[in-house]
Amino acid sequence: MGKRTPLYEEHLALGGRMVDFGGWDMPVQYPAGILAEHEAVRQRAGLFDVSHMGEIDLHGERALQFADELVTNDCQKLEQNQVLYSPMCYEHGGVVDDLLVYRLEPGHVLLVINAANTEKDVQWVMERRRQLFPDVVAEDISGKTAEVALQGPKAQEILQSLTPFDLTKIAFFWAQPDIEIAGRRALWVSRTGYTGEDGFEVYVRPEDAVHVWREILRAGEPYGILPCGLGARDSLRFEACLPLYGQELDQDHTPLQSGLKYWVRLEKEHFTGIEPLRSEQETGGPKRRLVGFKLTERGIPRHGYPILSQAGEEIGVVTSGMLSPTLGEALGLGFVPAEFAQVGTPIAVSVRGRAIPAEVIKKPFYRRSGK
Amino acid sequence: MKTPSELRYTEDHEWLRPDGRSARIGITDFAQDQLGDVVFVELPEVGREVKKGEAFGVVESVKSVSDVFAPISGKVLAVNHDLVDKPELVNQDPYGQGWIVEIEFGDEAEVQSLLDAQAYGALQEGGH
Repeated sequence: MGKRTPLYEEHLALGGRMVDFGGWDMPVQYPAGILAEHEAVRQRAGLFDVSHMGEIDLHGERALQFADELVTNDCQKLEQNQVLYSPMCYEHGGVVDDLLVYRLEPGHVLLVINAANTEKDVQWVMERRRQLFPDVVAEDISGKTAEVALQGPKAQEILQSLTPFDLTKIAFFWAQPDIEIAGRRALWVSRTGYTGEDGFEVYVRPEDAVHVWREILRAGEPYGILPCGLGARDSLRFEACLPLYGQELDQDHTPLQSGLKYWVRLEKEHFTGIEPLRSEQETGGPKRRLVGFKLTERGIPRHGYPILSQAGEEIGVVTSGMLSPTLGEALGLGFVPAEFAQVGTPIAVSVRGRAIPAEVIKKPFYRRSGK
Repeated sequence: MKTPSELRYTEDHEWLRPDGRSARIGITDFAQDQLGDVVFVELPEVGREVKKGEAFGVVESVKSVSDVFAPISGKVLAVNHDLVDKPELVNQDPYGQGWIVEIEFGDEAEVQSLLDAQAYGALQEGGH
């Protein structure tokens, strides 16, 4: 038996199909199915249990400085209640994890990390703290927080019906602590997500999770909200080309190779891993790059399938691939040598031993209108 | 889950509907439910000779890829071309419009050795 979130019984009651995900028992889908859940988020709204995500609290005068040393993006620019996305690197430049950094009240920073990486990340953060910032207090608060993600164009309307706080005051990648949601105090609400749509992530105490989950589903019913599982979470993030750790990101690739240059601030004075990343950038950029591609004949690229040159030589591997529910095309992401990374480059993917022609295309595959 | 009594079944969750010397083949209601939304079906070529147990087709859902194994040996007489544009028929009508191939079989005994509805039903309840 895996670990269970406070919403485990809700998932069973809703007919969720439970699977193991990084040691957690999580719903991969509900009876509506992945395609219906995906569509609900793109068109209306979907609600995800993301309580399995890990959270690390940093406290102390130098908490923000510590966060800034840990991650490649620039934390010093953050204002209070602002959020940023960033890779976190090892000293050799490979990626420990990708995460959200919340700058909360003075001397308080929250790191939100991937469920499957929680143990490893906590260990890494604790080790760096001991070595560099022993004055900062770091605490793994994963067990003290539950989290739901309400995503989709109707997310704001639905959540607004449950709170007196004016949600238009929370801009994209900003957070608000301590606001009332369905009569309970949420720890934080941020306009963030992993779907490519507008939406909110609501952090609550574990004992409030069931109430908040039910109230959001009830308030969302007239809008056609659906509870959504990990299957739709993956297909939504894939279309938006949001990387998944273990597929597009890992310790063997730098964030520059994974296409996250915008979130790597090499002009910073320092962060862990800056030296190899600077050197990679100064010597012509990454030799291998993550590209997006589409198959131009019938077939579906899948994680692990070989990527071929037109001549049939193996040049890389598919990290994620599927038939895009929104676009109806067989799309994939994968690492290839830099000379194959340009948009328009013809490549191929080996699907069960057959070379299916493909073409490198622009990322992201999907971008919501009006963004 | 529906398990029509007139069909034969395999442990790989396929069904077979014998009709004279040939049989239509598809995946069971249980199988389509486990797979979730089917988005792609790869069909074998008509005329191909297949051996019992050989993977001769593929059913892909949003998240997964599953082989379709030949429940019996024989020659592929026909394939369901409707699945090219409407793979969802496998979900909507697994024993009818969602059939996958039709095989001409040589050995009646192979058909008789497949599971009947009762045995297949018991297999599902066994927790597969």
